[in-house]
Amino acid sequence: MSGVRVLVGTRKGAFVLSADGRREHWDVSGPHFAGWEIYHVKGSPADPDRLYASQCSGWFGQVIQRSDDGGGSWAPVGNEFGYDGTPGTHQWYDGTPHPWEFARVWHLEPAPDDPDTVYAGVEDAGLFRSTDGGQHWQELPGLRGHSSAPSWQPGAGGMCLHTIILDPSSPGRIFAAISAAGAFRSDDAGQTWRPVNRGLHSEGIPDSAAEVGHCVHRIAMHPSRPSVLYMQKHWDVMRSDDAGESWREVSGDLPTDFGFPIDVHAHEPETVYVVPITSDSHHFPPEGKLRVYRSRTGGDEWEPLTKGLPQEHCYVNVLRDAMAVDSLEDCGVYFGTTGGQVYASADAGDTWEPIVRDLPAVLSVEVQTLQ
Amino acid sequence: MIRVVLPAHLRTLARVDGEVHLEVAGPATQCSVLDALEARYPMLRGTIRDQRSGKRRAFVRFFACQQDLSHDPPQAPLPDAVASGAEPYLIVGAMAGG
Repeated sequence: MSGVRVLVGTRKGAFVLSADGRREHWDVSGPHFAGWEIYHVKGSPADPDRLYASQCSGWFGQVIQRSDDGGGSWAPVGNEFGYDGTPGTHQWYDGTPHPWEFARVWHLEPAPDDPDTVYAGVEDAGLFRSTDGGQHWQELPGLRGHSSAPSWQPGAGGMCLHTIILDPSSPGRIFAAISAAGAFRSDDAGQTWRPVNRGLHSEGIPDSAAEVGHCVHRIAMHPSRPSVLYMQKHWDVMRSDDAGESWREVSGDLPTDFGFPIDVHAHEPETVYVVPITSDSHHFPPEGKLRVYRSRTGGDEWEPLTKGLPQEHCYVNVLRDAMAVDSLEDCGVYFGTTGGQVYASADAGDTWEPIVRDLPAVLSVEVQTLQ
Repeated sequence: MIRVVLPAHLRTLARVDGEVHLEVAGPATQCSVLDALEARYPMLRGTIRDQRSGKRRAFVRFFACQQDLSHDPPQAPLPDAVASGAEPYLIVGAMAGG
């Protein structure tokens, strides 16, 4: 029988939420790695029992955990993320050169066809890959070696590589996004990269249309339309129809175009979800109403989805990696909040229910569809 | 035999209860104790000191015999009481909230 497994990373541990295909009754497992920050947990598309988790702490640094039984048990694997060669410098907040320094893994992206191959996006921004199930990690240095890298600056949350998209139709094409450098594309499996930020405009940088320097928060792609990308930028919701060569704004009638996550319906490539947030200084929803907005037209026209979500006194945030969709016939949509709620919709966003209400602040949500 | 006390999070990570007892070849130094600890528990590599530079992580401290050894050279001999096993070598997570 079909089912789903929702993988939740929080400030104080990981949780695994499981249900059958009706998605009505949930089994909650956790906290795993209690007391540690879990930035991301993700399953392998090639083997749903293979999970990877990024576990870190200000005291004890980075640990990578691996499960080979769907989260029932875990074992630490390799955690050495050494930059290739002499790390060099990027710009610090005050404009001075600052040595590249590993802080943590923000995002783990398992390869679609091999459970032992997994990519890691790290702070300070770099892309790593393991081909032995996480035991050893090698940097793909071409990204950080791009000529613009010495000018990259961190966003307020650190200079993180938070988005990794492996194009399912073009082997070797990878998209990565960095706060606050922007979006980058490789067409040769990560050896060389170029910025793909044309059309982005950011008021917080001296040249609003610069090639790099944009605070991209999240990029999403539908696997059947890999040339179409959706982006939630610091401000602005953007769309590209040419694999990032150019972008246009599709914020349309959103109440605010600031936000963090963005995702696409599993079966409808033009159906997109965002969670508008008041502003970069007010990291909570407008009017204290938690509303997911859905566009069925690939952007520009948006509708609020509120049924089952708090519509008063709600001042939580939804972070960039904290939204996911399942691929059941009725597409499920999931997101977690900094207030510790994980909401699920089994009808593409029309109605919502909390799976759990009182977890630690949610950093990430992923979902596996189990057949 | 050297007695090592780990902080709770690292005991959980290494799946040990109570003290860790290590045999250290040659002079007992902070470096040789940590080498032996990481050899037996590879999952602790990088959690106490940097894997490449060997530099102590900022919020980790080393105590023994009521002294803070955190700033001592890694190759300095440990106190006799630690080398003999009379006193434990304490690896401590700095006090902080959050």
